[in-house]
Amino acid sequence: MAITADHIRDKLIKELAAVYVDVEDTSPNRCAASYKVLVVSSQFEGKPLLQRHRMVNTCLAEELKEIHAFEQKTLTPEQWEKQKSQ
Amino acid sequence: MNSLIRSTARCLRSGAAVYLPRQADGCVWSASARFLCASADLQKDLGEMVKKDKVVVFMKGTPAQPMCGFSNAVVQILRMHGVDDYASYNVLEDSELREGVKTFSNWPTIPQVYFSGEFVGGCDILLQMHQNGDLVEELKKLGISSALLEAEKESK
Repeated sequence: MAITADHIRDKLIKELAAVYVDVEDTSPNRCAASYKVLVVSSQFEGKPLLQRHRMVNTCLAEELKEIHAFEQKTLTPEQWEKQKSQ
Repeated sequence: MNSLIRSTARCLRSGAAVYLPRQADGCVWSASARFLCASADLQKDLGEMVKKDKVVVFMKGTPAQPMCGFSNAVVQILRMHGVDDYASYNVLEDSELREGVKTFSNWPTIPQVYFSGEFVGGCDILLQMHQNGDLVEELKKLGISSALLEAEKESK
């Protein structure tokens, strides 16, 4: 399976009903496949950080086996709007 | 053998514990024997390791010498809050530990932080908790008064 930023983005949108996903390939900065993602989904409402991150980890379980470094930020649509306006 | 002694001495100086898989009689197993029998034992040991100390960090490198940017970030954040006395385990010294802790926590990456035996998260989560004030609260629950609180009091 070829892991690409697009593949990751599509999977997150599909499985987490994300309204916005940004996937940054940070591999050039590190020694191996690395990604930084921002996921905005109403499925994160009312869920603590750890639970949100676990949802993303579960969604990308197969990919994470091959990814070396992974950063993630998970926001609800409301938090996303607030962040944009700051 | 010498490198084990050196690395243990380094870790003891820096105040962190090093996990060395060993048999009941104290001998360090050879690699293949460890692999066959140790993984269930490792999971059991990890269960005890995360409860033994209030703050436990599985990281790459040591608090005195982190070997990865994310592990370093966790060390720096804890330091900012005045948390210098915690158990840290260097996964680079033991590949079984490195994989075993990911299975144990059901978390794909290192570093991994535990408070009172409970998994907190990795670098991202600790950073967000630090930024939104949650970390100060969680440390308070552990009976640790964050250094940032003291600094805030003094500036008032």
